[in-house]
Amino acid sequence: MQLFRAVILRLLTTAVTLSGVAVIVFVVIRVVPGNPIAMMLPPGATDEDVARLTALYGLDKSIFRQFLIWAGGVLQGDFGTSITTRQPVLGLVLGRLPATLELSVMALVIATVIGGFAALTGTRLRGTRSEAAIDVANGMALSVPDFLWGLVLILLFGVLWPVFHISGRVTPSIDLPFTTNFYLIESLVRLRPDLWWDIVSHMLLPALALAIPLAAIIGQVLKQSLKETMHLDYVTLSRTKGYSETHVITREALPNAVLPALTLVGVQFTFLIGGTVIIERLFSYEGLGNMAIDAVINRDLPLIQGIVILFAVIFTGVNLIVDLAYAALNPRLRHG
Amino acid sequence: MADGRGQVRRRLGLRLWLSAGWLTLLLLAALLAPWISPKDPLAQDLFLARLPPFWMDGTEPGYWLGTDSLGRDVLSRILHGARVAMTVALVAGTLTCVIGAALGLLAGFLRGWVDMVISRLIDIWMAFPPVLFSILLIAVIGPGLGAIILAIVVIDWTRFARVVRAEAMAQGAMDYVASAQVAGRGRTGTMLVEVLPNVLPLIVVLLTLEMGIAVIVEAILSFVNLSISTDDPTWGGMIAEGRTSVHQAWWVLVFPLITLFLTVLSFSQLGEGLKDRFDPVLR
Repeated sequence: MQLFRAVILRLLTTAVTLSGVAVIVFVVIRVVPGNPIAMMLPPGATDEDVARLTALYGLDKSIFRQFLIWAGGVLQGDFGTSITTRQPVLGLVLGRLPATLELSVMALVIATVIGGFAALTGTRLRGTRSEAAIDVANGMALSVPDFLWGLVLILLFGVLWPVFHISGRVTPSIDLPFTTNFYLIESLVRLRPDLWWDIVSHMLLPALALAIPLAAIIGQVLKQSLKETMHLDYVTLSRTKGYSETHVITREALPNAVLPALTLVGVQFTFLIGGTVIIERLFSYEGLGNMAIDAVINRDLPLIQGIVILFAVIFTGVNLIVDLAYAALNPRLRHG
Repeated sequence: MADGRGQVRRRLGLRLWLSAGWLTLLLLAALLAPWISPKDPLAQDLFLARLPPFWMDGTEPGYWLGTDSLGRDVLSRILHGARVAMTVALVAGTLTCVIGAALGLLAGFLRGWVDMVISRLIDIWMAFPPVLFSILLIAVIGPGLGAIILAIVVIDWTRFARVVRAEAMAQGAMDYVASAQVAGRGRTGTMLVEVLPNVLPLIVVLLTLEMGIAVIVEAILSFVNLSISTDDPTWGGMIAEGRTSVHQAWWVLVFPLITLFLTVLSFSQLGEGLKDRFDPVLR
């Protein structure tokens, strides 16, 4: 019952947060200088044309009215029409979402594998020079943001030793037989390893750039958490039972050490998703973030609004899921 | 154990000195750029386009790190770019710190409705993708150094507010705060005279980290071509140019990237080093 009330309260705060985001975005982009209508029309358009188009996009009403109309539409799934492409925003945004989701999840998986491996190895080799080396590498990975790692990776694996693609999502000359925009998943489902590899070799560097800082955080937090768990009596007991050190770490200590790392990974995952904006730009990857930057440059107000709201929904959604997962996994909270 | 701790401290010391050394060098470069630059950073010469750095064949004397596709000297542009980077780091970092820390301190120590409002704002801010938010703000405010600084302050104040709020809350629950109030200090007095000095080391560490972040934000904004006017050399602008010609002239990308990398690393290592210095367990 207490959990139920906590969940309701959490949902309410999420709703407040999302409304806040909607209001701020709406107000901020109405202040954008440069008239998007003037940019749409060919030179020599009459004032009458401008007025007609302005009315068509509802830009002649007061900001407050515009917000009510837009918010009402959003609640019914209507995010308006993109000014540059003249297509519904929702369709455009949902068309790009799979690319960004696949990239983010791939990065999360890479980060978890590298970070987990670093934490376990560091714990296994504690007190040695190797542990110190892992710590130094971790510190560096943590200090430098994804944008710079992306550039470093472009130089290393795109120029110096060109093994991976450094721009785009798929080789343009390839004719894709796909019906969805989840290229990576669909290439697997359709059993097309050739396409799958082409897509992966495009995604690997941007995903790695996003993953490196998160891997460092996972490595650090998990290692700290393991260190504390390793001092507990039950771990000592399992050691006296004669289990190998590796078994003690991975089978006995790890399950209890994972929980504290989980909440943090959730929050950090939202940072990773935020990072896709610039990483997609850097690697010319056709996802949401790249579209967002183009939308800002083209002053495409409805599209910017739609993308920012979608990002906010993803961010709050991830946080919500992590909180609920934490509550469900942690016996102390479940029965508290 | 005592030995191990000594080793840790020595390593910290070296790390701290190297970072401080690099940043001092940059600050000097920024201040002296017009006098120490070998060439005019804006001078274009298509006959000298894409000259390689000095150890390779086909260079011209004086162009140590080569030239870009318009024949502009890379080294001179990096030195001048340090001016923008250092200004943004110092000014934006400090302003963000003051505003964010003040709001965090108020929320954490006063609690009540102040905390309610500030915490809700932090929640809303955390739901924005920061890079997109900064690009959007620059599009609204218009380009320019002041706009970048303003955008960084508007976006990053939550970094300070969140951490300082939590720390102020923890400090507020301690006995010394209650004692100060019993001794007759007012709430504002307690906050500024008793709590603030105890939160200050944390704020200094965050400030150092924020300076590194500010440099990156500026570089990202220049990279998407939304920073200050395109004439002025910036590291991000050079990187954007280098990215497009990376197969023909890698040095246009590599040298500003190394500079930016070392700068960000130094700010963060300085912050980490200070954190360890302030940590009573290690001391």
